[in-house]
Amino acid sequence: MIDKILWPLVSLGGMGLVFGAGLAFASKKFAIETDPKVEEIREVLPGANCGGCGYPGCDGFAAAAAAGEAPVSGCPVGGAAVAEKIAAILGVSSPTVEPKVARVRCQGDCNNAVNKYEYDGIQDCVAAAMLADGPKGCKYGCLGLGTCVRACPFDAIHINENGIAVVDRDKCTACGKCVVACPKKLIELIPRSSQVQVLCISQDKGKDVRANCKVGCIGCQICVKACQFDAIDFKNNLAKINYDKCVNCMVCAEKCPTKAIFADFANRKAASIDPDKCIGCTLCKKACKFDAIEGERKEKHVVLQDKCTGCGQCAVKCPTKAITMA
Amino acid sequence: MDYILKVFLILLSSILVNNFILARFLGICPFLGVSKRVTTAVGMGAAVTFVMALASVITYIVQYAILEPFGIEYMQTIAFILVIAALVQFVEMVIQKTSPTLYKALGVYLPLITTNCAVLGVAIINIQEKFDLILTLFNGIGGALGFTLAIVLFAGIRERLEFSSIPKPLRGFPIAFITAGLMSVAFLGFQGLIK
Repeated sequence: MIDKILWPLVSLGGMGLVFGAGLAFASKKFAIETDPKVEEIREVLPGANCGGCGYPGCDGFAAAAAAGEAPVSGCPVGGAAVAEKIAAILGVSSPTVEPKVARVRCQGDCNNAVNKYEYDGIQDCVAAAMLADGPKGCKYGCLGLGTCVRACPFDAIHINENGIAVVDRDKCTACGKCVVACPKKLIELIPRSSQVQVLCISQDKGKDVRANCKVGCIGCQICVKACQFDAIDFKNNLAKINYDKCVNCMVCAEKCPTKAIFADFANRKAASIDPDKCIGCTLCKKACKFDAIEGERKEKHVVLQDKCTGCGQCAVKCPTKAITMA
Repeated sequence: MDYILKVFLILLSSILVNNFILARFLGICPFLGVSKRVTTAVGMGAAVTFVMALASVITYIVQYAILEPFGIEYMQTIAFILVIAALVQFVEMVIQKTSPTLYKALGVYLPLITTNCAVLGVAIINIQEKFDLILTLFNGIGGALGFTLAIVLFAGIRERLEFSSIPKPLRGFPIAFITAGLMSVAFLGFQGLIK
């Protein structure tokens, strides 16, 4: 009885052993030398395989980065921290990258915008957008059926109680999946530091915008005139902020008659001058575009808090670093 | 002289008359999977030829040196699969080392030679037909050459099919299946070749 079990066991086990040893030898003999950097880079990547870098998953990006084809800062999810690690592995200096965040450029929720028909079809923005540009009166508006929500691998975008998509800044990694998924091209990657955004992409004439939405950009160009930094590009009846020039002074948002420009007023900064360091050079006074700094030459200067917009230009100019933004 | 004639007949039989794919219907998976381009089909044929020839010889030795003396012929299938799996692993390593492009083109079908029933089929047929070692070797090589012949011909047809106007529902695999069926019917013509 026992040999009936034993012989198959021994013979097959022995064969397995011989073949295994042979393969082990062959794998040494035919070993392929791969770039160890690829493995190392793959280790430091987040491993979300979201494809935000434009390569097929983290493995693809690791191979491309090791070959020098992809920039070290190519991973939008990992951001600066990962870029630094990859740069260290490759022995190159990592360029500082401005971290980004996705933003849905529409505030036309059920309180602000009107619908032109009742949509009762497939609950998906792409499907709805095919029916006469969707149920929203404004053909540019967020349909709120959650195509972006399903595209997000990080659970960072949701439809709020008023029916439009909102990005969760804390969870967003700027991978860009939602940007691609949105049939209305409403979502944009903006610098994380930006606190002012035009939340409307309607290129309709002001009258038509007003008819459909309370908070749309009507093309009045008040913001363009209000901006002291030439940071608003006006094109096709629509204001657009140039994030390279914008200093987050939020004046445009204050002036906007329809509140189509969003500004995070809670985080608005204000300048304050340390009297011990101020030497009365008047450079800050000249730099201020809002007449918010008072003081004569050789005297201590003070900031008029009601006029200061927190643009920070004075702090840049101050030779003694006496101005702090808080 | 009779023996050489026998070898020749076995080769002819396994290549044309009892073609593994078109007459025995074994190994259809790589036949359909890797037959989009002639070059990869040739590569696949070469890999299968190598595995089949070696597997024939080794399984012959395993059968008569291990399985029969120990009286465990019922372990034949598992033992043969073990041999084939090890061989395929080896071939995979060699191809990856020598030709990365072929390795990429063959993709998942390369490790799948393990489960290619043509390879197991030739090993078992060798034992059933009670061939000796030389005939076993030639039957293996012949079977593999038949496989290569079929897959290369098929790939040639499929390359042309790409440019012909095919009714929409038949595009892709349906037309490939129909083509394979017609090829099989054509190969039926060899049936009377050997009495």
